[in-house]
Amino acid sequence: MRKMLAAVSRVLAGAAQKPASRVLVASRNFANDATFEIKKCDLHRLEEGPPVTTVLTREDGLKYYRMMQTVRRMELKADQLYKQKIIRGFCHLCDGQFLPLIQEACCVGLEAGINPTDHLITAYRAHGFTFTRGLSVREILAELTGRRGGCAKGKGGSMHMYAKNFYGGNGIVGAQVPLGAGIALACKYNGKDEVCLTLYGDGAANQGQIFEAYNMAALWKLPCIFICENNRYGMGTSVERAAASTDYYKRGDFIPGLRVDGMDILCVREATRFAAAYCRSGKGPILMELQTYRYHGHSMSDPGVSYRTREEIQEVRSKSDPIMLLKDRMVNSNLASVEELKEIDVEVRKEIEDAAQFATADPEPPLEELGYHIYSSDPPFEVRGANQWIKFKSVS
Amino acid sequence: MAAVSGLVRRPLQQMTVRDAINQGMDEELERDEKVFLLGEEVAQYDGAYKVSRGLWKKYGDKRIIDTPISEMGFAGIAVGAAMAGLRPICEFMTFNFSMQAIDQVINSAAKTYYMSGGLQPVPIVFRGPNGASAGVAAQHSQCFAAWYGHCPGLKVVSPWNSEDAKGLIKSAIRDNNPVVVLENELMYGVPFEFPAEAQSKDFLVPIGKAKVERQGTHITVVSHSRPVGHCLEAATVLSKEGIECEVINMRTIRPMDIDTIEASVMKTNHLITVEGGWPQFGVGAEICARIMEGPAFNFLDAPAVRVTGADVPMPYAKILEDNSVPQVKDIIFAIKKTLNI
Repeated sequence: MRKMLAAVSRVLAGAAQKPASRVLVASRNFANDATFEIKKCDLHRLEEGPPVTTVLTREDGLKYYRMMQTVRRMELKADQLYKQKIIRGFCHLCDGQFLPLIQEACCVGLEAGINPTDHLITAYRAHGFTFTRGLSVREILAELTGRRGGCAKGKGGSMHMYAKNFYGGNGIVGAQVPLGAGIALACKYNGKDEVCLTLYGDGAANQGQIFEAYNMAALWKLPCIFICENNRYGMGTSVERAAASTDYYKRGDFIPGLRVDGMDILCVREATRFAAAYCRSGKGPILMELQTYRYHGHSMSDPGVSYRTREEIQEVRSKSDPIMLLKDRMVNSNLASVEELKEIDVEVRKEIEDAAQFATADPEPPLEELGYHIYSSDPPFEVRGANQWIKFKSVS
Repeated sequence: MAAVSGLVRRPLQQMTVRDAINQGMDEELERDEKVFLLGEEVAQYDGAYKVSRGLWKKYGDKRIIDTPISEMGFAGIAVGAAMAGLRPICEFMTFNFSMQAIDQVINSAAKTYYMSGGLQPVPIVFRGPNGASAGVAAQHSQCFAAWYGHCPGLKVVSPWNSEDAKGLIKSAIRDNNPVVVLENELMYGVPFEFPAEAQSKDFLVPIGKAKVERQGTHITVVSHSRPVGHCLEAATVLSKEGIECEVINMRTIRPMDIDTIEASVMKTNHLITVEGGWPQFGVGAEICARIMEGPAFNFLDAPAVRVTGADVPMPYAKILEDNSVPQVKDIIFAIKKTLNI
């Protein structure tokens, strides 16, 4: 309600300079909420799953829309900066290449299903999650460009971003899964009913350490939600060529699982709420497979067409863009107007531009800090440089 | 002074290395709720080597956790728990098995504070027996001091006696960084005099500081872990021949206390290093390189010499195994060679 009033007053304030349609927006009556049908989830060792209808409030809808657009535009901007060689190294993006699309529904939908006091860990395709867990686009882009204003002060880059209750950003495929189970162990140990979302991709799903984590999480009833983001390709290898069983939601065997439409943010949200409630009740871990699609190549160095056809990419993109899906729902149910959403687009674009400006203009970290942050809570000491005469100070 | 101490003399307490580690862990578990121990057989079995005896009975399932045989998995779980604010002690039944989990130790634990720009500390201890044992053959006898000592972001300690063991495990647990504690199975049952101050619940041995176990003037003998004992034995033998060795117990592999070694070399003008691990790229090699780079080089009257394990996978037959680790006679030989005697 507060957000709507703020939006209204913003519009009215600018009414004098703006076209008549903007003033109409302010005076139109929107619905407060609407009910939508969502796809039923496939279930493994579960009697019942998440509900097949959900209520979306106008406020939430606008929030999700803005967040998804922000993630998309941020990733597109990262794409652009990488092509300009302002971003170096690896750049694994959450969105589609020439076409906007994809995994935005996952990061925004998951966040919508949990509390800020819950925990989340993922692999290297992490920029979207870094944003939804609370960091600004500015500090994310500045980390990508390796500047001092980056969230890790330029020390980590694309794959190593951290925030409160967000544990990265992990470069070694699969290693984040036992880490996530460990965070869940801490949740149980502390007794505060928190859960840990532990994400991995279809490629990582074949890692042995994930099965070790499944075993211990089930044995000790850890409040861990294992989440497999299945975008059907592990780098250049399609799931059929990598996994003897592509039913990732069943791979936890003794762990109950659900397969979720990862392109529908409401489906993701409901499934996450369901899974979180399951874990919080003390029943132990649960597994969610989010079916999504990776439009882009695996990373910036992969055009993404050597192992699949352009026709395949076109087909998927024209049928399920999560942002279009949300937009259509909201407009058709009178939760928002096309103009209002366009305004959000404009605001988001500006926010990204400003952030990119900052990320390009901010200086690199000072060379004197090269040795910083080796150890935590220690007095300063000396770190050796490229030869014995070059010494860097190390401060915690 | 001697008369007074004679009057109030109490027999010094004897404590085995095993009991010292046990006491250290017990005190830290009691002191801080966030400390917990996990590993194979640590709880109901009282520890494969009985190092954690009695702890499960005292602290229960929540704080002393038996794990399945899943090193990579439980090491990762331990690191995750540390990231979320707990203070785990992760036991590897031997450090040979830590190789299965080494990615979690290095990439998830050691590097994280740096990669996060100082946002995410990882207060974890990895401990267990390291190096040669007796008749356990090649896959169970490797020394990992050089491997872990190689990596920035880790602290690596290597206790020799009971005082070291208790003080270092306590310091490691209280440290907010990932600390690798390289114990030694053959030392677990060895009793040492346990000074009064070591009996205190706040007794700590600082990480990063070596100890001069025996003062001497003719040669500096630097070692870590069980070989320290062999060096002291060699020193006793040589003393009868008028050669006084200064024996330094490194206690910490990383960050290495090169200052103590340098000061000693500048006094004695001779250096040998003694370790159980393989020669190439080992602890001794690093010491020699650093001595060359520092002020002590100009004080050397002879090249620095290394005494190490033999450059072979550990054989099984006793005669072969005995000759694959540094013996007292090998240390004496090396000392005399260095001194040109």
